Amino acid sequence: MLKKRDDFEDILEERRNTSDLRYALRCYTPALYKGLTPCTASELKTMVLQSDQLLYVINQVSKETGTATDEIQSEAEAILEEMAHRLQLSTIRFFAFTLSKIFKTLFRSICVNEEGIQRLQQTIQEQPVVLLPSHRSYMDFLLMSYILYTYDLALPVIAAGMDFMGMKIVGEMLRMSGAFFIRRSFGGDKLYWTVFSEYVKIMLKNGFAPVEFFLEGTRSRTAKSLTPKLGLLNIVMDPFLKGEVFDISLVPVSISYERILEEALYARELLGVPKPKESTSGLFKARKILSENYGSIHVYFGQPVSARSLAEGRVDRSQFNLTPRHIPRKPSEGIQDFVNDSAFRLVRSQEENMVLKPWVLLAALLLQNQTAGNKLGVLVEDLTEQAVWLRDLSRQFGAFLHWPDHIPPSRVVSSSLSLHRSLVRVSEGRVQLNLEPGFPPPAMTPEEELLSKAVVVLSCASYRNQVLHVFIRAALLASAIHSVAGSRKQEIFNAFSFLRNMFSNEFILRPGAEVQDFEEACYLLVKSAVLQVHQQEVLVTDRGHRTLAFLTSILDPFVQGYQMVCRFLCEEATESLTEKQFVPAVRKFFIKHLLTGELKYVEVLSSDLQKNALAALLRLGAVQKLRGGANEGTLKVNTVMVNSLEDTLGGKLPTQKPLAARL
Amino acid sequence: MKWNGWGYSDSRFLFNKKGQAEFTGKRYRLSGMIIPGLKDWMEGTFGANLQHKTQPVLNTSAVQPPMLNEAFVEELKSTGIPFSHEADDRVFRAHGHCLHEIFALRDGKIGRVPDMVVWPNCHNDVVKIVELACKHNVCLIPYGGGTSVSSALECPPEETRSIVSLDTSQMNRILWIDEKNLTAHVESGIVGQDLERLLNESGYCTGHEPDSMEFSSLGGWVATRASGMKKNIYGNIEDLVVHIKMVTPRGVIEKSCQGPRMSTGPDIHHFILGSEGLLTAIIKILYLRDHEKYSESLIDMQKLYHGLSSIFTSFLDGLKKFYITKFKGFDPNRLCVATLLFEGAREKVLQHEKQVYDIAAKFGGLAAGEDNGQRGYMLTFVIAYLRDLGMDYYVIGESFETSVPWDRVLDICRNVKARIIRECKDKGVQFPPLSTCRVTQTYDAGACVYFYFAFNYRGLSDPVHVYEQVEHAAREEILANGGSLSHHHGGTTS
Repeated sequence: MLKKRDDFEDILEERRNTSDLRYALRCYTPALYKGLTPCTASELKTMVLQSDQLLYVINQVSKETGTATDEIQSEAEAILEEMAHRLQLSTIRFFAFTLSKIFKTLFRSICVNEEGIQRLQQTIQEQPVVLLPSHRSYMDFLLMSYILYTYDLALPVIAAGMDFMGMKIVGEMLRMSGAFFIRRSFGGDKLYWTVFSEYVKIMLKNGFAPVEFFLEGTRSRTAKSLTPKLGLLNIVMDPFLKGEVFDISLVPVSISYERILEEALYARELLGVPKPKESTSGLFKARKILSENYGSIHVYFGQPVSARSLAEGRVDRSQFNLTPRHIPRKPSEGIQDFVNDSAFRLVRSQEENMVLKPWVLLAALLLQNQTAGNKLGVLVEDLTEQAVWLRDLSRQFGAFLHWPDHIPPSRVVSSSLSLHRSLVRVSEGRVQLNLEPGFPPPAMTPEEELLSKAVVVLSCASYRNQVLHVFIRAALLASAIHSVAGSRKQEIFNAFSFLRNMFSNEFILRPGAEVQDFEEACYLLVKSAVLQVHQQEVLVTDRGHRTLAFLTSILDPFVQGYQMVCRFLCEEATESLTEKQFVPAVRKFFIKHLLTGELKYVEVLSSDLQKNALAALLRLGAVQKLRGGANEGTLKVNTVMVNSLEDTLGGKLPTQKPLAARL
Repeated sequence: MKWNGWGYSDSRFLFNKKGQAEFTGKRYRLSGMIIPGLKDWMEGTFGANLQHKTQPVLNTSAVQPPMLNEAFVEELKSTGIPFSHEADDRVFRAHGHCLHEIFALRDGKIGRVPDMVVWPNCHNDVVKIVELACKHNVCLIPYGGGTSVSSALECPPEETRSIVSLDTSQMNRILWIDEKNLTAHVESGIVGQDLERLLNESGYCTGHEPDSMEFSSLGGWVATRASGMKKNIYGNIEDLVVHIKMVTPRGVIEKSCQGPRMSTGPDIHHFILGSEGLLTAIIKILYLRDHEKYSESLIDMQKLYHGLSSIFTSFLDGLKKFYITKFKGFDPNRLCVATLLFEGAREKVLQHEKQVYDIAAKFGGLAAGEDNGQRGYMLTFVIAYLRDLGMDYYVIGESFETSVPWDRVLDICRNVKARIIRECKDKGVQFPPLSTCRVTQTYDAGACVYFYFAFNYRGLSDPVHVYEQVEHAAREEILANGGSLSHHHGGTTS
């Protein structure tokens, strides 16, 4: 399981020693795809407007609506105008200069795996490339372009949400640094979809520039990877599936921040303070951020994944041979499954190469301590011992942990604590989360106090969450073992499958991979001497209880959160509850139970968890969303089913009907 | 004729004492000529080295003794049909020209071969032989020109019955020519070039000209649904054939008339054409047409023809090369050559020619003259000899083809070539392979694309197996990109 990973190089180091201006003005001559000559933005537009696909759809729309083709053509032009990037080297140079200044004040280092860069450079010359960075911060895409510029690599064109375009000057500047803008939703708009997909495909298959987009669709507020969105991946896979290019290289990029700029912002957002609209002035307000230390950033360019090898043995490409390729067709079910499966694999490889800092482990431990009701905090020595134990465990599990081994653990712990001093309090040799309000204590209602606590807890959880992907499979298995009375393997597997299914909106769990995940979890726990797995039985070793307890409690907040969502739906949901009202209503319900002490995990206040729980219930058919008419968006709750799901989660009911997959 | 290589024994490529490439013999326009660029091309393309030469092993004594069916032999004797069980005759008819067959022969490996060869002289002889074979439980494998590239001549090693090769070479007459209907009745064993020569004497031609026409037979064309280079004017074999007489173990099949078309279906010819090796013998009639030849060629700047174009440019004499490369700005390593043959009545030819040159001019191409055209056309006949030269220097290769709709032609070319290169790398081939292609036939709805694939196999323990894996992958790629399994190479065969 331990993967060999590349070493990092700090790109800020050179910036601190040489002139930024010279750096911004230096000769930039990236190697291009098959030695191609780059095409101008206007040539690209012409190619899109004259593509067979677009002409076909224009004719089709014209026939359907009775509008003249000229009119639709100019509509298409307008869409393209709104969307297209205008990449300019001068803007890039401007950003290269200013970002150098900003990065140097904000971050200690920006570390990049140079071997990944070399692989990318090679790949760009051989195949059209799609860059797939993880998305945790607004910084991500500027940072990506900055790095590629630094290494003299072809600059990508980046799919960005339309909300960026709202930021007047900045929007245009982003456009000139390679961003193209897409509307957040354009469901049924055939014309828009065609212009958009042709634009992307033409850039990609001619190899004009690497195409970059975020598989997760939006920034993850919780630092957990989000369930991938498939729209753009479908588009970039298409030229390969239809044989228009030999192959496409998909490059997962993992960007890990030691401290996220948006840390507190995200926590507030998850607690229901509405997201501030992106505006230029907002960005300037963010200037106070500049005075803080945000640690280091690690950017890992993963192994390029060939679309061809993903499709090998899975997709029969000859299915595209029987219709002209310019006629748009909805992808078949097989293709959708393939793209979905690929997306999960790619997000998982993003996860695997995320660099974890010691603080991430500390956050996990401190949260567990805090919910265990330890009011005094934990002794620094104890915390260090636990951290070393967890360090070794996570290494056994293959985590990409950056723990400086040459420094004594106690120093590692204390320096992590000091970087995150806004979240923790150390006094008299004891550490705990910084939950008490500052001095002098302002007058607060219990509810306000709870929410201000929750901000800290959620911020902390967003660090703990970074390590979840390492443990999730084992944690599901640990919880399954915990919930099953005996040691029968099949029963444990059933419980595992149930939990996995329940939480598949919460974590990156590849559809249909129950058995593999189960085996992986068994493998890891056997390797770390926690379990003995036999033909029919799964036994816990004497030494294994500590690990199992840790794993179970890592999943526990989610289990309890989902249970409570079920309870809410059974007890409180009214007939007319709509999807929109769901989150505020659940929040109110949760606050009430937190205040009475019935609920112990403050982090269940995260709207992300609540939405995921609802999505899971909708997927399982326990809740239905009504469509059309006055009832649009109303949630119809199947109380019996929700109830039984709650009981199964709570271990009161055995896992019902054996799931389809058997061991 | 060579028994372990292509074509006439006296014609071959070799590197003479000065290290220059030369084509021996007197049969072709190229014969006796020095080809200056070929050495560099082989070294540059394959990493081949003149110091590293393979030695074909000649070992006819390895042939197993024939397994004769005495009763069959006895009855056959009474019919007076000539036969032989000499080792030479049997080995010669035990293979076609698939890479693995030739490779094994050069390696001195001889597997199962026919136990006996018979030479029927006419249709009735065939009927008799087939009857006897049924009676005595003997296998028959029909043999025409021996140019099969689909393993149709291979004897199954597990076969325990006596195998008899039925050689149609003596059935090589034109029985009659019907000038009113422009048809001719021809025996199946006639070889392409003889058929064309004999028809030309009467002022006619068939217009069927596969690359192998010097050696392949009419029967083989039918059995493999062959196509020729002139198909745009004359059509493929299925367009040329009006009537077939086929001997089967259950009797003789033929249509009762020679009408050019009928609506009752399915057409019995469709069971026969392309059935490859299932037939015993075929007799048939062909259209004849007036003919006039005129050939020319032009050069265009597309990259399709890359690899082979370098051989072509080596023919360009100095001055012309200078003109094309320096004045017209063509890069000899990137120019693309189209060899075109215009045929038909004079006005028609001139009109076609003008149309084509206009198109070429539009894309910056130019005509390279009739001389080059004739050389280019002749090249298609000598390409097969090149493979033997390659094999002398650790280079093995093969061609295969597909038919594909027009809008996918460029995609299929790119993807199949790239797949070949990638597969070679994955399979441990030490040198970059030659992976190239050309369009050989055109239709309204698509085109035939011919791929050439060859590599230097030094350092591989089982080159033929690697070759077969790569070819298999390439065919998969063809199918995935909307191509057909084959266009005509079941082959120009038998």
